[in-house]
Formats: sequence, C-alpha cells, structure tokens
Amino acid sequence: MTTPSRLPEPYGPSSGASLADILERVLDKGLVIAGDIRINLLDIELLTIKLRLVIASVDKAKEMGIDWWESDPALSSRARRDELTRENAELRERLARLEELEQGTLDQGTTRGGRTSPKEGP
Amino acid sequence: MTGLRYVYAVCRPLGAPLQAQLTGVAGAPVKQLPHHGLIAVVSEVPAGDFAEEPLRAHLEDLDWLAATARAHHGVIDALTMVTTPMPLRLATVFRDDSAVRCMIQSWEDHIRSTLERLQGRVEWGVKVYLSAEPAHAAAAAAPAPKPASGRDYLRQRRQQTRAHEDLWQQAEAFASRLHDKLSALAEESRLHAPQSAALSGAAGPNVLNAAYLVPRARSEEFVEVVDRMRDDAAGPRVELTGPWAAYSFVGDLPGEEA
Repeated sequence: MTTPSRLPEPYGPSSGASLADILERVLDKGLVIAGDIRINLLDIELLTIKLRLVIASVDKAKEMGIDWWESDPALSSRARRDELTRENAELRERLARLEELEQGTLDQGTTRGGRTSPKEGP
Repeated sequence: MTGLRYVYAVCRPLGAPLQAQLTGVAGAPVKQLPHHGLIAVVSEVPAGDFAEEPLRAHLEDLDWLAATARAHHGVIDALTMVTTPMPLRLATVFRDDSAVRCMIQSWEDHIRSTLERLQGRVEWGVKVYLSAEPAHAAAAAAPAPKPASGRDYLRQRRQQTRAHEDLWQQAEAFASRLHDKLSALAEESRLHAPQSAALSGAAGPNVLNAAYLVPRARSEEFVEVVDRMRDDAAGPRVELTGPWAAYSFVGDLPGEEA
C-alpha cells in the first residue's frame, strides 16, 4: 500500500511511487519531442514485452516487499527465496487451520461432515 | 564536445533554485538552460550511452531502464517542488545546447500554452483493484461441506462463480462511481490502461487506472474525497498516488505523431 503524501506540499521525493507507476508515466506520458537521437520507444518490441511483464509483476512483488526487478529482472534467487518463504508460511497456516477443523470435528464426536466450525476469520 | 544533452522538462524561470545536489540520469548534475524566457532542464550524458545505438541496446536492459526512469522522475519530482514543469518523455536527447535552444524556439507557443494550462496543477493517480481476498476468503471460509453428490458439487461451483461475478460487478460499479465523483472535482481526467490485468491478477485485477489534474489548492479536498470513498468501499482496494507532475496531461505537439 502506498503512503501518498497527504498534502500537495511539501512534495516527498516520489513517495510511494512504484516502478510500474513511474515507468507508465515516463515512457508513455510526457511530451514527445523529437530529439537529435531518434528512438521511438514504442518501436522497441522487446522493451514493451518486458515492460508489460514487469508492470504485471510489480504489484505482486511490492506486496511481498521485494524489489527483484531492480537487482535482477530474471528473478533473483532472493526473490525465489522470498516466494518460498511466503508459500511456506501460507502452507503452515493452512495446515494449522485444517488441524483445528479436524480437532473440532473430532470433538463433535460422530457428526462428521456436519457444519462444525464457527467461521474463523482470517 | 563529448556529451549529449538530455532534456527532462521545460518550465518557466524558477522562483527558487534547484537543489544543489540534484543529479539526473547517469548521475550527472542537472542544469538550467534558459532561452526566450523559458528554461530547459538538462544534464550532460555520455554519447557512449545515449547515442542511438547504445541507447537502443540500453533500453532493452530492464535494470538500466528502471534506474534511468527513476532518475528522470527524480528530476521531474524535484522540479515539481518549485514550479510546474512540462515533463518530456524519457530519453529526449539533443546534440548540444544550441539544438536544445532550437527545439524551444520551434515549439515556443505550444510550450507556453501548455505551461499556462498546467500552471499550479498536479496529477493524482487513483487505481481500484478487485481485492483478491474476498474470493479466497469465501472459498476458504466455507470449506465446502463435502459435496454429497454430483449435483451438490455443481451447485457449489455455480455459487462460487456467481460470487466472483458479483465481486467484479461491485468493483466496476464502485470504480465508475469513484471516477464520476473525482472527475467532477478535477479539471481533467485520463483513463489509463489497467496495469497488470492480462498477465498477473496477482494483487487482484486492476479495475480502474485513472489520472486526475487537480489544482494544488484543491488537492487536499481531492485526497479527502478519495479517503472517504475508500472507507465506503467494502471490498475493492483503492490506491492513491501523487502528487505527480502533470505527466498525463501534457498532450501532443500539434501535427506531431502521437
């Protein structure tokens, strides 16, 4: 979640701006004036494909608190570790929930398949 | 003459000096280049990186691109603190100072009218995401009483699908209410392509990706309205970014290809 500066002034140094937001603006908006070095950014096919990939993954990565695109666009090992850690935590949580459910079912004795669990919020 | 001139923005003469230590792309110091009562904000960049061939190659390198984009935006951001800049697109590069002056001269009228239109305004970005959680939560919270029959199974599937469609409709309805409300407060608005819709779905699909041009003086009110609507939104996630320089509102040069 970004924390936008609450007031128009003073400006924080691009506080909370994600790379996707920045790329979207500096590559796609802004005045196009033909300079002496003529490169049409939109002509670069590989760039746009990669860019779409980056923009697609940025929010997810941001949520996980990692900046892999800055160090290694091809998914750094750190990013992979983080992903594993996250997955691990998720699985543990699920396991715990299942165990609780199972416990509840057993406590209820024989009514297997009955609605035993008072809905547990996440 | 070794370096090329990278131009970040054009603006009116600054009422306050730029931060002394402000650096631009490639870590070079940022300078003001005055001409005809306008200022081009430039830095010198090495031809070895910014001539056509190396630049083309660099642009394919995401790390380089990200660093350059951040540096470019950093300069625009610093300018926005002291003036209303007209940002140029990334990698607008000229041979030398006189080529930059030439550019200002040929587009002088357009630049002036654009600066006039943007004067004292900033851009706010608002995105709405279909929160990924409710769908998961719904699936997890009702740990599907094991379907007793095939018919049960199908009914459960239908319910899940319907719940998902409801969420979408709800989020889209909310996004359009929000957009109407914010457009009424803003002087101009732009709808951008949703980010990440096609490829990720990661943080929940992006339902609305909009930019609003708002006078500084009314920005506080704008932010408050977003906050209020955010609180009302049961489900969709609202993200506010800004204030940005008016990137999305500079428009095109007359007669130039977009």
